[in-house]
Amino acid sequence: MMSRLAAAASRPAEISFEVDGRILSAPQGEPLATALAAAGLLQLRHSPRNGAPRGAFCFMGVCQECAIHVDGVLRQACMTPVADGMVVELRGVP
Amino acid sequence: MSGECDLIVIGAGPAGANAALVARQHGLRVVLIDEQPDAGGQVWRAPWPGLARDANAPEARDGDALRARLGASAVDCRFGRRVWSVTSGYRVDALGPDGNEAVCAPLLIAATGAHERVVPFPGWTLPGVIGLAAATVLLKSHLVLPGERVVVAGCGPLLAAVAAGIVKAGGEVVAIVDLAGPAEWLKAFPAMASRPRLLARGMGWALKLASKRVPVHFRYGIAAAEGEGQLERVRLVPVDEHGAPCAEPTLTLTSDALCIGHGLVPGAEITRLFRARHLYQPLRGGWVPELDGFGRTSVPGLLAIGDGAGLKGAAPAEIGGRIAGLAAAHDAGRLARDAFEQAAAPLLKQRENLAAFADASAGMMALRPAQVAAISPETIICRCEDVPRAEIDAAFAAGARDVNQLKHFTRCGMGPCQGRMCGDVAAQLLAAQVGSREAVGYWTGRPPLRPVGFEALIGSFSYDDIPIPKPAPL
Repeated sequence: MMSRLAAAASRPAEISFEVDGRILSAPQGEPLATALAAAGLLQLRHSPRNGAPRGAFCFMGVCQECAIHVDGVLRQACMTPVADGMVVELRGVP
Repeated sequence: MSGECDLIVIGAGPAGANAALVARQHGLRVVLIDEQPDAGGQVWRAPWPGLARDANAPEARDGDALRARLGASAVDCRFGRRVWSVTSGYRVDALGPDGNEAVCAPLLIAATGAHERVVPFPGWTLPGVIGLAAATVLLKSHLVLPGERVVVAGCGPLLAAVAAGIVKAGGEVVAIVDLAGPAEWLKAFPAMASRPRLLARGMGWALKLASKRVPVHFRYGIAAAEGEGQLERVRLVPVDEHGAPCAEPTLTLTSDALCIGHGLVPGAEITRLFRARHLYQPLRGGWVPELDGFGRTSVPGLLAIGDGAGLKGAAPAEIGGRIAGLAAAHDAGRLARDAFEQAAAPLLKQRENLAAFADASAGMMALRPAQVAAISPETIICRCEDVPRAEIDAAFAAGARDVNQLKHFTRCGMGPCQGRMCGDVAAQLLAAQVGSREAVGYWTGRPPLRPVGFEALIGSFSYDDIPIPKPAPL
Protein backbone atom coordinates (compact mmCIF):
# COMPACT_ATOMS: atom_id res chain seq x y z
CA MET A 1 0.00 0.00 0.00
CA MET A 2 1.81 3.14 -1.18
CA SER A 3 -1.20 5.41 -1.39
CA ARG A 4 -0.11 7.57 1.53
CA LEU A 5 2.26 9.38 -0.78
CA ALA A 6 1.34 12.90 -1.69
CA ALA A 7 0.65 13.29 -5.40
CA ALA A 8 3.01 16.24 -5.74
CA ALA A 9 5.99 14.59 -4.08
CA SER A 10 8.98 13.08 -5.76
CA ARG A 11 9.96 10.26 -3.50
CA PRO A 12 12.75 8.20 -4.96
CA ALA A 13 13.17 4.84 -3.24
CA GLU A 14 16.91 5.06 -2.89
CA ILE A 15 17.84 2.77 -0.05
CA SER A 16 16.53 -0.44 1.40
CA PHE A 17 16.13 -1.43 5.01
CA GLU A 18 14.75 -4.42 6.85
CA VAL A 19 11.63 -4.43 9.05
CA ASP A 20 10.98 -7.70 10.89
CA GLY A 21 12.53 -9.63 8.01
CA ARG A 22 10.73 -7.71 5.28
CA ILE A 23 12.72 -5.47 2.91
CA LEU A 24 11.36 -1.94 2.38
CA SER A 25 12.73 0.97 0.40
CA ALA A 26 12.63 4.69 1.10
CA PRO A 27 14.48 7.85 0.17
CA GLN A 28 17.78 8.32 2.00
CA GLY A 29 17.27 10.50 5.07
CA GLU A 30 13.49 10.20 5.40
CA PRO A 31 12.43 9.83 9.05
CA LEU A 32 11.87 6.14 9.79
CA ALA A 33 8.36 6.73 11.20
CA THR A 34 7.36 8.38 7.93
CA ALA A 35 8.91 5.65 5.81
CA LEU A 36 6.99 3.03 7.82
CA ALA A 37 3.71 4.97 7.53
CA ALA A 38 4.25 5.38 3.78
CA ALA A 39 4.64 1.60 3.55
CA GLY A 40 1.37 1.15 5.43
CA LEU A 41 3.04 -0.08 8.61
CA LEU A 42 1.15 1.81 11.30
CA GLN A 43 1.33 -0.63 14.20
CA LEU A 44 4.84 -0.25 15.62
CA ARG A 45 4.72 -1.71 19.12
CA HIS A 46 2.47 -2.67 22.03
CA SER A 47 2.01 -0.67 25.22
CA PRO A 48 3.82 -2.28 28.16
CA ARG A 49 0.88 -2.38 30.60
CA ASN A 50 -2.14 -3.33 28.47
CA GLY A 51 -0.36 -4.79 25.46
CA ALA A 52 -2.43 -2.51 23.24
CA PRO A 53 -1.26 -1.77 19.67
CA ARG A 54 0.44 1.59 19.23
CA GLY A 55 1.82 3.64 16.37
CA ALA A 56 3.50 6.99 15.74
CA PHE A 57 1.36 9.77 17.19
CA CYS A 58 3.10 13.17 17.34
CA PHE A 59 5.81 12.74 14.63
CA MET A 60 7.91 15.40 16.39
CA GLY A 61 9.85 13.60 19.07
CA VAL A 62 7.52 14.23 22.03
CA CYS A 63 5.13 11.32 22.59
CA GLN A 64 7.59 8.38 22.48
CA GLU A 65 4.95 6.12 20.91
CA CYS A 66 7.25 5.29 17.97
CA ALA A 67 10.19 4.16 20.13
CA ILE A 68 11.21 0.85 18.51
CA HIS A 69 14.40 -1.14 18.05
CA VAL A 70 16.72 0.07 15.31
CA ASP A 71 19.89 -1.96 14.87
CA GLY A 72 19.23 -3.39 18.31
CA VAL A 73 18.86 -0.03 20.09
CA LEU A 74 15.62 1.65 21.21
CA ARG A 75 15.17 4.74 19.02
CA GLN A 76 12.35 7.16 18.28
CA ALA A 77 11.42 6.31 14.69
CA CYS A 78 10.28 9.90 14.00
CA MET A 79 13.73 11.23 14.96
CA THR A 80 15.75 8.55 13.14
CA PRO A 81 16.57 8.97 9.44
CA VAL A 82 16.40 5.73 7.44
CA ALA A 83 19.73 4.44 6.22
CA ASP A 84 20.76 1.67 3.85
CA GLY A 85 20.91 -1.71 5.55
CA MET A 86 19.16 -0.56 8.74
CA VAL A 87 17.54 -3.41 10.66
CA VAL A 88 14.26 -2.46 12.35
CA GLU A 89 12.30 -4.55 14.83
CA LEU A 90 8.72 -3.49 15.53
CA ARG A 91 8.94 -3.86 19.29
CA GLY A 92 9.35 -1.32 22.05
CA VAL A 93 10.31 -1.76 25.69
CA PRO A 94 9.08 -5.10 27.11
CA MET B 1 30.63 21.19 22.06
CA SER B 2 32.26 21.86 25.38
CA GLY B 3 32.92 25.50 25.96
CA GLU B 4 31.71 28.83 27.15
CA CYS B 5 29.74 31.60 25.54
CA ASP B 6 27.67 34.64 26.54
CA LEU B 7 24.22 33.25 25.79
CA ILE B 8 22.69 29.85 25.16
CA VAL B 9 19.36 29.66 23.33
CA ILE B 10 17.49 26.37 23.46
CA GLY B 11 15.07 25.96 20.58
CA ALA B 12 15.59 27.33 17.06
CA GLY B 13 12.01 28.16 16.09
CA PRO B 14 10.83 31.67 15.23
CA ALA B 15 11.41 32.90 18.80
CA GLY B 16 14.74 31.28 19.62
CA ALA B 17 16.40 31.86 16.26
CA ASN B 18 15.48 35.55 16.26
CA ALA B 19 16.67 36.00 19.84
CA ALA B 20 20.00 34.39 18.88
CA LEU B 21 20.38 36.59 15.79
CA VAL B 22 19.66 39.85 17.65
CA ALA B 23 21.95 38.99 20.57
CA ARG B 24 24.70 38.07 18.11
CA GLN B 25 24.26 41.42 16.31
CA HIS B 26 25.06 43.10 19.61
CA GLY B 27 28.28 41.18 19.99
CA LEU B 28 27.28 38.30 22.23
CA ARG B 29 28.78 34.90 21.56
CA VAL B 30 25.63 32.83 21.10
CA VAL B 31 25.13 29.06 21.00
CA LEU B 32 21.76 28.00 19.52
CA ILE B 33 20.70 24.41 20.15
CA ASP B 34 17.81 22.41 18.69
CA GLU B 35 16.97 18.71 18.55
CA GLN B 36 15.75 18.90 14.97
CA PRO B 37 18.31 18.76 12.14
CA ASP B 38 17.67 22.40 11.16
CA ALA B 39 16.17 25.66 12.41
CA GLY B 40 12.53 26.65 11.94
CA GLY B 41 10.81 24.94 14.86
CA GLN B 42 7.64 23.06 14.05
CA VAL B 43 5.86 25.92 12.32
CA TRP B 44 8.68 26.59 9.84
CA ARG B 45 10.04 23.11 9.95
CA ALA B 46 12.66 22.31 7.35
CA PRO B 47 11.96 19.44 4.98
CA TRP B 48 14.29 16.57 5.69
CA PRO B 49 17.57 17.00 3.81
CA GLY B 50 17.33 16.27 0.10
CA LEU B 51 13.53 16.41 -0.20
CA ALA B 52 12.20 18.40 -3.15
CA ARG B 53 9.11 20.34 -2.17
CA ASP B 54 7.02 23.40 -2.90
CA ALA B 55 9.26 26.31 -1.84
CA ASN B 56 6.49 28.84 -2.39
CA ALA B 57 4.35 27.91 0.59
CA PRO B 58 4.48 30.83 3.09
CA GLU B 59 5.93 28.66 5.88
CA ALA B 60 8.61 27.35 3.53
CA ARG B 61 9.54 30.91 2.52
CA ASP B 62 9.67 32.18 6.11
CA GLY B 63 11.60 29.14 7.26
CA ASP B 64 14.10 29.28 4.39
CA ALA B 65 14.66 33.00 5.03
CA LEU B 66 15.32 32.36 8.71
CA ARG B 67 17.71 29.50 7.95
CA ALA B 68 19.56 31.71 5.46
CA ARG B 69 19.93 34.51 8.02
CA LEU B 70 21.26 32.07 10.58
CA GLY B 71 23.63 30.59 8.01
CA ALA B 72 25.01 34.04 7.21
CA SER B 73 25.40 34.97 10.90
CA ALA B 74 28.07 34.07 13.41
CA VAL B 75 25.53 32.34 15.67
CA ASP B 76 27.01 29.00 16.69
CA CYS B 77 24.22 26.66 15.54
CA ARG B 78 24.22 23.19 17.04
CA PHE B 79 21.30 21.23 15.64
CA GLY B 80 20.44 17.57 15.99
CA ARG B 81 21.23 17.89 19.71
CA ARG B 82 18.78 16.89 22.40
CA VAL B 83 19.07 18.94 25.59
CA TRP B 84 18.56 16.67 28.57
CA SER B 85 20.01 18.67 31.44
CA VAL B 86 20.23 22.34 32.38
CA THR B 87 21.89 23.23 35.65
CA SER B 88 22.53 26.56 37.28
CA GLY B 89 25.44 28.49 36.01
CA TYR B 90 24.05 27.90 33.30
CA ARG B 91 25.36 24.60 32.03
CA VAL B 92 23.47 22.87 29.24
CA ASP B 93 24.09 19.21 28.44
CA ALA B 94 22.90 17.89 25.11
CA LEU B 95 23.15 14.57 23.38
CA GLY B 96 24.41 14.91 19.83
CA PRO B 97 25.75 12.66 17.11
CA ASP B 98 29.09 12.39 18.93
CA GLY B 99 27.71 11.79 22.40
CA ASN B 100 27.19 14.21 25.24
CA GLU B 101 28.27 17.82 24.86
CA ALA B 102 28.21 20.61 27.44
CA VAL B 103 28.24 24.38 27.10
CA CYS B 104 28.10 27.12 29.73
CA ALA B 105 26.84 30.72 29.70
CA PRO B 106 25.63 33.26 32.27
CA LEU B 107 22.42 33.81 30.27
CA LEU B 108 19.93 31.24 29.02
CA ILE B 109 16.88 31.68 26.80
CA ALA B 110 14.35 28.83 26.75
CA ALA B 111 12.46 28.83 23.44
CA THR B 112 11.24 25.27 23.60
CA GLY B 113 7.90 25.63 21.82
CA ALA B 114 4.65 23.83 22.46
CA HIS B 115 3.27 20.35 21.98
CA GLU B 116 -0.18 19.24 21.04
CA ARG B 117 -3.06 18.68 23.40
CA VAL B 118 -5.44 15.86 22.50
CA VAL B 119 -8.38 15.40 24.85
CA PRO B 120 -8.72 11.61 25.13
CA PHE B 121 -11.60 9.52 23.77
CA PRO B 122 -11.97 5.74 23.45
CA GLY B 123 -9.57 4.43 20.80
CA TRP B 124 -7.30 7.47 20.63
CA THR B 125 -4.32 5.18 21.19
CA LEU B 126 -5.02 3.14 18.02
CA PRO B 127 -2.37 3.28 15.29
CA GLY B 128 -3.72 5.58 12.57
CA VAL B 129 -4.85 8.23 15.05
CA ILE B 130 -2.30 11.07 14.99
CA GLY B 131 -2.09 14.68 16.12
CA LEU B 132 -3.10 17.59 13.91
CA ALA B 133 0.39 19.02 14.31
CA ALA B 134 1.75 15.58 13.39
CA ALA B 135 -0.25 15.78 10.17
CA THR B 136 1.35 19.14 9.36
CA VAL B 137 4.78 17.55 9.86
CA LEU B 138 3.89 14.72 7.47
CA LEU B 139 2.45 17.08 4.89
CA LYS B 140 4.92 19.96 5.03
CA SER B 141 8.15 18.32 5.96
CA HIS B 142 7.81 14.77 4.61
CA LEU B 143 5.24 15.07 1.78
CA VAL B 144 3.36 12.04 2.97
CA LEU B 145 -0.40 11.82 3.47
CA PRO B 146 -1.69 10.65 6.86
CA GLY B 147 -3.91 8.05 5.15
CA GLU B 148 -6.20 7.27 2.26
CA ARG B 149 -9.46 8.39 3.87
CA VAL B 150 -8.67 11.02 6.46
CA VAL B 151 -10.90 12.50 9.16
CA VAL B 152 -9.62 15.86 10.45
CA ALA B 153 -11.00 16.69 13.89
CA GLY B 154 -10.61 18.91 16.94
CA CYS B 155 -10.63 22.68 17.08
CA GLY B 156 -8.86 25.84 15.93
CA PRO B 157 -7.30 27.08 12.71
CA LEU B 158 -5.13 23.98 12.25
CA LEU B 159 -8.25 22.02 11.20
CA ALA B 160 -8.64 23.91 7.93
CA ALA B 161 -4.88 24.11 7.39
CA VAL B 162 -4.45 20.33 7.67
CA ALA B 163 -7.55 19.48 5.65
CA ALA B 164 -6.58 21.88 2.86
CA GLY B 165 -3.02 20.51 2.91
CA ILE B 166 -4.32 16.98 2.42
CA VAL B 167 -6.61 18.01 -0.44
CA LYS B 168 -3.79 19.98 -2.08
CA ALA B 169 -1.50 16.95 -1.88
CA GLY B 170 -4.11 14.86 -3.66
CA GLY B 171 -5.55 13.08 -0.62
CA GLU B 172 -9.13 12.52 0.45
CA VAL B 173 -10.60 14.23 3.51
CA VAL B 174 -13.70 12.27 4.52
CA ALA B 175 -14.83 14.96 6.94
CA ILE B 176 -13.78 17.90 9.07
CA VAL B 177 -15.16 17.54 12.59
CA ASP B 178 -15.08 20.85 14.47
CA LEU B 179 -15.93 21.25 18.17
CA ALA B 180 -16.73 24.88 17.43
CA GLY B 181 -19.75 26.05 15.49
CA PRO B 182 -20.10 28.83 12.93
CA ALA B 183 -21.04 31.20 15.78
CA GLU B 184 -17.62 30.80 17.45
CA TRP B 185 -15.84 31.36 14.14
CA LEU B 186 -17.92 34.48 13.47
CA LYS B 187 -17.07 35.78 16.92
CA ALA B 188 -13.36 35.32 16.22
CA PHE B 189 -13.66 36.81 12.74
CA PRO B 190 -13.21 40.54 13.54
CA ALA B 191 -10.03 39.87 15.52
CA MET B 192 -8.72 37.58 12.81
CA ALA B 193 -9.38 40.29 10.24
CA SER B 194 -6.72 42.37 12.03
CA ARG B 195 -4.21 40.28 10.06
CA PRO B 196 -5.68 40.31 6.54
CA ARG B 197 -2.95 38.18 4.99
CA LEU B 198 -3.54 35.32 7.44
CA LEU B 199 -7.30 35.69 7.20
CA ALA B 200 -7.01 35.48 3.41
CA ARG B 201 -5.04 32.27 3.78
CA GLY B 202 -7.74 30.84 6.01
CA MET B 203 -10.40 31.82 3.51
CA GLY B 204 -8.31 30.20 0.79
CA TRP B 205 -8.30 26.95 2.76
CA ALA B 206 -12.07 27.16 3.24
CA LEU B 207 -12.65 27.78 -0.48
CA LYS B 208 -10.39 24.91 -1.48
CA LEU B 209 -12.27 22.60 0.88
CA ALA B 210 -15.64 23.86 -0.31
CA SER B 211 -14.67 23.32 -3.95
CA LYS B 212 -13.82 19.71 -3.13
CA ARG B 213 -17.12 19.38 -1.22
CA VAL B 214 -15.39 18.25 1.95
CA PRO B 215 -18.16 17.82 4.56
CA VAL B 216 -17.73 19.97 7.67
CA HIS B 217 -19.46 18.83 10.86
CA PHE B 218 -19.70 21.87 13.14
CA ARG B 219 -20.34 21.25 16.84
CA TYR B 220 -19.26 17.61 16.61
CA GLY B 221 -16.64 15.67 18.48
CA ILE B 222 -15.16 12.18 18.25
CA ALA B 223 -17.09 9.59 20.29
CA ALA B 224 -14.64 6.78 19.50
CA ALA B 225 -11.97 5.53 17.14
CA GLU B 226 -12.37 1.84 16.35
CA GLY B 227 -10.57 -0.94 14.52
CA GLU B 228 -8.68 -4.20 14.89
CA GLY B 229 -5.04 -3.31 15.49
CA GLN B 230 -5.40 -0.01 13.65
CA LEU B 231 -7.99 2.61 12.84
CA GLU B 232 -10.91 1.52 10.64
CA ARG B 233 -13.85 3.64 11.78
CA VAL B 234 -14.51 6.97 13.46
CA ARG B 235 -17.74 7.65 15.33
CA LEU B 236 -18.95 11.23 15.65
CA VAL B 237 -21.07 12.75 18.37
CA PRO B 238 -22.81 16.15 18.59
CA VAL B 239 -21.39 18.43 21.29
CA ASP B 240 -22.76 21.44 23.14
CA GLU B 241 -21.18 24.90 23.12
CA HIS B 242 -18.74 23.78 25.83
CA GLY B 243 -17.45 20.80 23.85
CA ALA B 244 -19.26 18.10 25.87
CA PRO B 245 -21.24 15.40 24.03
CA CYS B 246 -24.95 16.25 24.14
CA ALA B 247 -26.56 13.34 22.26
CA GLU B 248 -25.91 9.76 21.20
CA PRO B 249 -23.24 9.19 18.52
CA THR B 250 -24.94 9.72 15.20
CA LEU B 251 -22.51 9.03 12.44
CA THR B 252 -19.84 6.44 11.67
CA LEU B 253 -17.21 7.13 9.02
CA THR B 254 -14.87 4.59 7.44
CA SER B 255 -11.38 5.99 7.80
CA ASP B 256 -7.77 4.85 8.05
CA ALA B 257 -6.41 8.08 9.52
CA LEU B 258 -7.77 10.44 12.14
CA CYS B 259 -5.83 13.69 12.62
CA ILE B 260 -6.96 15.29 15.85
CA GLY B 261 -5.87 18.14 18.08
CA HIS B 262 -7.43 20.34 20.75
CA GLY B 263 -4.89 23.12 20.93
CA LEU B 264 -1.35 23.32 22.21
CA VAL B 265 0.37 23.16 25.58
CA PRO B 266 3.49 25.24 26.31
CA GLY B 267 6.62 23.13 26.81
CA ALA B 268 7.77 25.10 29.85
CA GLU B 269 9.98 22.34 31.29
CA ILE B 270 13.13 24.44 31.70
CA THR B 271 11.47 27.25 33.65
CA ARG B 272 9.81 24.61 35.85
CA LEU B 273 13.15 22.93 36.39
CA PHE B 274 14.50 26.23 37.76
CA ARG B 275 11.43 26.78 39.94
CA ALA B 276 10.62 30.06 38.21
CA ARG B 277 7.25 31.52 39.16
CA HIS B 278 4.45 30.28 36.91
CA LEU B 279 0.86 31.36 36.31
CA TYR B 280 -2.10 29.34 35.08
CA GLN B 281 -3.39 31.11 31.96
CA PRO B 282 -5.88 29.01 29.97
CA LEU B 283 -5.73 31.36 26.96
CA ARG B 284 -1.94 30.92 26.79
CA GLY B 285 -2.29 27.12 26.91
CA GLY B 286 -1.94 26.45 30.64
CA TRP B 287 0.94 26.98 33.07
CA VAL B 288 3.36 29.60 31.77
CA PRO B 289 6.34 31.33 33.36
CA GLU B 290 5.68 34.78 34.82
CA LEU B 291 7.61 37.25 32.64
CA ASP B 292 8.49 40.90 32.56
CA GLY B 293 7.69 42.53 29.21
CA PHE B 294 11.05 41.44 27.76
CA GLY B 295 11.00 37.71 28.41
CA ARG B 296 12.84 37.66 31.75
CA THR B 297 11.55 35.06 34.22
CA SER B 298 11.68 35.34 38.02
CA VAL B 299 15.05 33.52 37.93
CA PRO B 300 18.07 35.77 37.24
CA GLY B 301 19.62 35.15 33.84
CA LEU B 302 16.81 32.88 32.63
CA LEU B 303 14.53 34.13 29.87
CA ALA B 304 11.62 32.33 28.20
CA ILE B 305 10.04 33.20 24.85
CA GLY B 306 7.80 31.86 22.11
CA ASP B 307 4.92 29.43 22.45
CA GLY B 308 6.78 27.59 25.23
CA ALA B 309 6.30 30.69 27.38
CA GLY B 310 2.61 31.11 26.44
CA LEU B 311 0.80 30.48 23.16
CA LYS B 312 0.64 33.42 20.78
CA GLY B 313 1.72 31.99 17.45
CA ALA B 314 4.67 32.42 15.12
CA ALA B 315 4.64 36.17 14.39
CA PRO B 316 4.46 37.31 18.04
CA ALA B 317 7.10 34.67 18.81
CA GLU B 318 9.49 36.21 16.27
CA ILE B 319 9.05 39.65 17.79
CA GLY B 320 9.27 38.32 21.35
CA GLY B 321 12.50 36.63 20.32
CA ARG B 322 13.99 39.89 19.08
CA ILE B 323 12.94 41.66 22.29
CA ALA B 324 14.56 38.95 24.42
CA GLY B 325 17.70 39.13 22.27
CA LEU B 326 17.92 42.84 23.11
CA ALA B 327 17.27 42.13 26.79
CA ALA B 328 20.06 39.54 26.81
CA ALA B 329 22.41 42.04 25.14
CA HIS B 330 21.48 44.62 27.75
CA ASP B 331 21.87 42.20 30.65
CA ALA B 332 25.26 41.10 29.29
CA GLY B 333 26.39 44.72 29.36
CA ARG B 334 26.56 45.07 25.57
CA LEU B 335 23.66 47.47 25.18
CA ALA B 336 23.11 50.64 27.24
CA ARG B 337 19.77 51.02 28.96
CA ASP B 338 18.45 53.86 26.77
CA ALA B 339 19.60 52.17 23.56
CA PHE B 340 17.87 48.98 24.73
CA GLU B 341 14.63 50.76 25.51
CA GLN B 342 14.74 52.65 22.24
CA ALA B 343 15.27 49.46 20.23
CA ALA B 344 12.63 47.51 22.14
CA ALA B 345 9.84 50.13 21.97
CA PRO B 346 8.80 49.61 18.31
CA LEU B 347 8.93 45.83 18.78
CA LEU B 348 6.68 46.00 21.84
CA LYS B 349 4.25 48.08 19.80
CA GLN B 350 4.34 45.60 16.90
CA ARG B 351 3.64 42.72 19.24
CA GLU B 352 0.74 44.65 20.80
CA ASN B 353 -0.79 45.02 17.32
CA LEU B 354 -0.76 41.25 16.89
CA ALA B 355 -2.43 40.54 20.24
CA ALA B 356 -6.05 40.55 19.05
CA PHE B 357 -5.37 37.92 16.40
CA ALA B 358 -3.26 35.83 18.77
CA ASP B 359 -5.98 35.91 21.44
CA ALA B 360 -8.77 35.00 19.01
CA SER B 361 -6.75 32.11 17.62
CA ALA B 362 -5.61 30.89 21.05
CA GLY B 363 -9.16 31.21 22.36
CA MET B 364 -10.41 28.66 19.83
CA MET B 365 -7.68 26.26 20.93
CA ALA B 366 -8.01 26.71 24.69
CA LEU B 367 -8.89 23.73 26.86
CA ARG B 368 -12.63 23.10 27.20
CA PRO B 369 -13.12 21.89 30.79
CA ALA B 370 -16.56 20.42 29.98
CA GLN B 371 -15.02 18.25 27.26
CA VAL B 372 -12.54 16.87 29.79
CA ALA B 373 -15.27 16.34 32.41
CA ALA B 374 -17.20 14.19 29.91
CA ILE B 375 -14.36 11.66 29.37
CA SER B 376 -15.61 8.13 30.18
CA PRO B 377 -14.05 6.18 33.11
CA GLU B 378 -12.41 3.51 30.92
CA THR B 379 -10.78 5.97 28.51
CA ILE B 380 -6.97 5.94 28.67
CA ILE B 381 -5.60 9.31 29.84
CA CYS B 382 -1.88 8.47 30.17
CA ARG B 383 -0.82 6.67 27.00
CA CYS B 384 2.62 5.62 28.27
CA GLU B 385 1.36 3.87 31.39
CA ASP B 386 -2.18 2.99 30.19
CA VAL B 387 -3.84 4.87 33.06
CA PRO B 388 -7.61 5.22 32.54
CA ARG B 389 -9.69 8.06 33.92
CA ALA B 390 -11.21 5.74 36.55
CA GLU B 391 -7.78 5.37 38.19
CA ILE B 392 -7.36 9.14 38.39
CA ASP B 393 -10.76 9.47 40.07
CA ALA B 394 -9.80 6.62 42.42
CA ALA B 395 -6.55 8.41 43.30
CA PHE B 396 -8.53 11.51 44.26
CA ALA B 397 -10.80 9.35 46.42
CA ALA B 398 -7.68 7.90 48.04
CA GLY B 399 -6.37 11.37 48.90
CA ALA B 400 -4.34 12.64 45.91
CA ARG B 401 -4.72 16.43 45.90
CA ASP B 402 -2.04 17.68 43.50
CA VAL B 403 -0.69 16.35 40.23
CA ASN B 404 2.57 15.09 41.73
CA GLN B 405 0.64 13.01 44.27
CA LEU B 406 -1.54 11.81 41.40
CA LYS B 407 1.60 10.71 39.56
CA HIS B 408 2.83 8.75 42.58
CA PHE B 409 -0.56 7.13 43.16
CA THR B 410 -1.24 6.07 39.56
CA ARG B 411 1.99 6.34 37.44
CA CYS B 412 0.04 8.82 35.29
CA GLY B 413 2.71 11.04 33.70
CA MET B 414 5.56 8.79 34.79
CA GLY B 415 6.23 7.18 31.39
CA PRO B 416 8.71 8.08 28.66
CA CYS B 417 6.76 11.11 27.34
CA GLN B 418 7.27 12.51 30.86
CA GLY B 419 3.68 13.63 31.19
CA ARG B 420 3.71 15.83 28.09
CA MET B 421 0.78 14.07 26.40
CA CYS B 422 -1.47 13.58 29.45
CA GLY B 423 -0.38 16.35 31.85
CA ASP B 424 -2.86 19.06 30.99
CA VAL B 425 -5.88 16.74 30.91
CA ALA B 426 -4.88 14.78 34.02
CA ALA B 427 -4.46 18.05 35.94
CA GLN B 428 -7.85 19.24 34.70
CA LEU B 429 -9.54 16.01 35.83
CA LEU B 430 -8.05 16.34 39.30
CA ALA B 431 -8.70 20.10 39.45
CA ALA B 432 -12.39 19.54 38.75
CA GLN B 433 -12.55 17.58 42.02
CA VAL B 434 -10.04 19.55 44.11
CA GLY B 435 -11.35 22.96 43.07
CA SER B 436 -8.83 24.74 40.85
CA ARG B 437 -5.87 24.27 38.53
CA GLU B 438 -3.79 26.45 40.86
CA ALA B 439 -4.49 24.01 43.71
CA VAL B 440 -3.36 20.91 41.82
CA GLY B 441 -0.31 22.60 40.27
CA TYR B 442 1.92 21.05 37.62
CA TRP B 443 4.46 18.25 37.31
CA THR B 444 7.68 19.21 39.09
CA GLY B 445 10.42 19.85 36.53
CA ARG B 446 13.15 17.22 36.75
CA PRO B 447 16.10 16.10 34.66
CA PRO B 448 16.44 14.47 32.25
CA LEU B 449 14.36 16.94 30.24
CA ARG B 450 14.04 14.32 27.51
CA PRO B 451 14.59 10.58 27.61
CA VAL B 452 18.19 9.74 26.74
CA GLY B 453 19.91 6.38 26.47
CA PHE B 454 22.22 5.62 29.35
CA GLU B 455 24.89 4.14 27.05
CA ALA B 456 24.98 7.41 25.15
CA LEU B 457 25.57 9.38 28.33
CA ILE B 458 28.33 7.26 29.79
CA GLY B 459 30.06 6.66 26.44
CA SER B 460 32.63 3.91 26.16
CA PHE B 461 35.13 3.42 28.95
CA SER B 462 37.31 0.82 30.51
CA TYR B 463 36.66 -0.18 34.11
CA ASP B 464 40.43 -0.03 34.66
CA ASP B 465 40.32 3.71 33.97
CA ILE B 466 37.86 4.43 36.78
CA PRO B 467 39.82 5.80 39.74
CA ILE B 468 38.96 3.91 42.91
CA PRO B 469 39.94 5.68 46.14
CA LYS B 470 41.76 3.68 48.75
CA PRO B 471 39.45 2.26 51.38
CA ALA B 472 39.34 4.23 54.59
CA PRO B 473 41.55 2.69 57.32
CA LEU B 474 39.55 0.62 59.81
